[in-house]
Amino acid sequence: MSLVFLFEIEKCEVLMGIFSANKSLQDRIFLGVSVVVLIFVLGIIFALFGGLINQGLDRLNWDFMFSFPSRNPQKAGIYSAWVGSILVILVTAICSVIIGVITGLYLEEYAPKNWMTQIIELAIANMAGVPSITFGLLALSFFVIRLDFGESILTAGLTLTLLVLPIIIVATRESLRSIPLSIREAVYSLGASRYQVIRDHLLPYSLHGILTGVILAISRAIGETAPLIAIGALTFIAFLPQPPLEEQFPFVNFDWLFDNFTVLPIQMYNWISRPQEKFHVNAAATGIVLLIITTLLNLMAQIIRFYFRKKYSRQSF
Amino acid sequence: MRQSSNKLSISHQLKRLIEHRKITERWVTTLFFGVSLTSIITIFLIAFTLFAESIPFFEQVSFFEFLTAPEWTPLFENPKFGIMPLVAATLTTTWIAIVVATLLGVTLACFLSEFASPWLRETIKPILEILAGIPTIVYGYFALIYVTPFLQTFIKDLPGFNMLSAGLVMGLMITPYLTSLIEDALSSVGPELREGSLALGASRVETIFLVLLPQIKSSLIASLILAVSRALGETMIVTIAAGSMAALSWNPLTPGQTLTAFIAQISLGDSPHGSLSYQAMYAVGFVLFVMTLILNVISFFIRNRKV
Repeated sequence: MSLVFLFEIEKCEVLMGIFSANKSLQDRIFLGVSVVVLIFVLGIIFALFGGLINQGLDRLNWDFMFSFPSRNPQKAGIYSAWVGSILVILVTAICSVIIGVITGLYLEEYAPKNWMTQIIELAIANMAGVPSITFGLLALSFFVIRLDFGESILTAGLTLTLLVLPIIIVATRESLRSIPLSIREAVYSLGASRYQVIRDHLLPYSLHGILTGVILAISRAIGETAPLIAIGALTFIAFLPQPPLEEQFPFVNFDWLFDNFTVLPIQMYNWISRPQEKFHVNAAATGIVLLIITTLLNLMAQIIRFYFRKKYSRQSF
Repeated sequence: MRQSSNKLSISHQLKRLIEHRKITERWVTTLFFGVSLTSIITIFLIAFTLFAESIPFFEQVSFFEFLTAPEWTPLFENPKFGIMPLVAATLTTTWIAIVVATLLGVTLACFLSEFASPWLRETIKPILEILAGIPTIVYGYFALIYVTPFLQTFIKDLPGFNMLSAGLVMGLMITPYLTSLIEDALSSVGPELREGSLALGASRVETIFLVLLPQIKSSLIASLILAVSRALGETMIVTIAAGSMAALSWNPLTPGQTLTAFIAQISLGDSPHGSLSYQAMYAVGFVLFVMTLILNVISFFIRNRKV
């Protein structure tokens, strides 16, 4: 034991010797290097953004937003793509919020500390780490063929639900964990049941954290391409799904769930993979739309987080 | 008389209320537990589906040939199914991405956590978070349209599709993610170690490399494993930028098809349900799933052992 310890010390001394004696110089060199790295990373990424915006901005206009894909790159647009994205995200948001928040509540407030809980946590960690395309393969054989949903909006929405579930679960759990124990104890001591504590206190207090998670999850789902390619989503869709609202009773119509669809990233992929330069311009324009959406969603999540952190640090419950 | 009956009825009502609450409580607990099983069911379904769908494939192609043969030509007249070319391309793009992301990520994380002023940190971290949220398809566009032509100015005979460009951009994509993981780990180290080290006369750089990084060793390894599993599973960048030619090559300057890119290629084409290449897609998916599953489980236990 002591030998190992001595060896460790010796190793440290050797390493110390390698670093020269001039300590402030070391620090300054490291500082210089890391500032260069920072500028390098941000510089490259912003240069790439600049290129994308430069190439696609001219193409981005109302005609582009409200035209269907076409063989003529000048006339092609992303109408069916953004409508499809919105409908898919609608399905994903509804399903993933219900399942995700309930799982988070269960794991934080109900789950006993046993092997079953451990397995659920391991499964969630794995869902977060499994390649997104494997969700697509699962969806292809389970949703598309076994359950016969087809290559529809419903299939896509459910696939993306599985994909973003861990994000919402983790956000819900962290948000619940940040509520002080004293609140739970106070409400329990007044005679509330566990369900009442959750419904009337924990959920309202953790709402901002859950909301942040949901926004991040939506931002992830909007940009996700691979699993939707795997389920065989068509890339050339020159029509809109059936409208979810109608004038006659019962006013809502769920046929759109089973319609074929395309989404923004798939449309973008379709245009990138063509050799003609003009389609690349369309891809760049679609990329700008995607960038704007994901950046705005991320900013929104950060603003919510920042606002509530300030609010709660002041009035500390 | 009246009072006592009143009391009776109140206690009766209370009893009913408590009974009612117990029933609600039991139902809610069961319901919540049932919904929580979604994650287990999903993982189980993925494993089962990939396994079951690739069984017909292994009835026609021997498992040994699948793992060792050096050719992957599923769409040819006389198809060959050796997964080595796909694995080689996957590992090549992954190591390039991981080298880039580790070098940039560790430096940035140390800088943000140990050198940057709070103001700078609070400015850069949101930017990194936004960068981590950018769709990978956009990064794929960068790799194909900008990075490859840029690299071609240095390397004369670089093909239009190559693993180098895909790997580099993938590294750039993972960097913000890895940076925030390492930065979180660094900021979870208490001030005692930092101050102790500085008080003993170590410079800040020495404190980082001899005290802080060894201290967060386990979360550092767990973060790296997460980054590796992310790189293995990344699809769009490699599909767009590395091409769709499966040739056994470890040279980053050549085109290559990764495991994920093959799955994308088959699902984009019209391979009918039940054909051999369709089944090969599931076999490849199964290999990919097992690789990342092992990495994820290791990372999970490293992280939990620390706590």
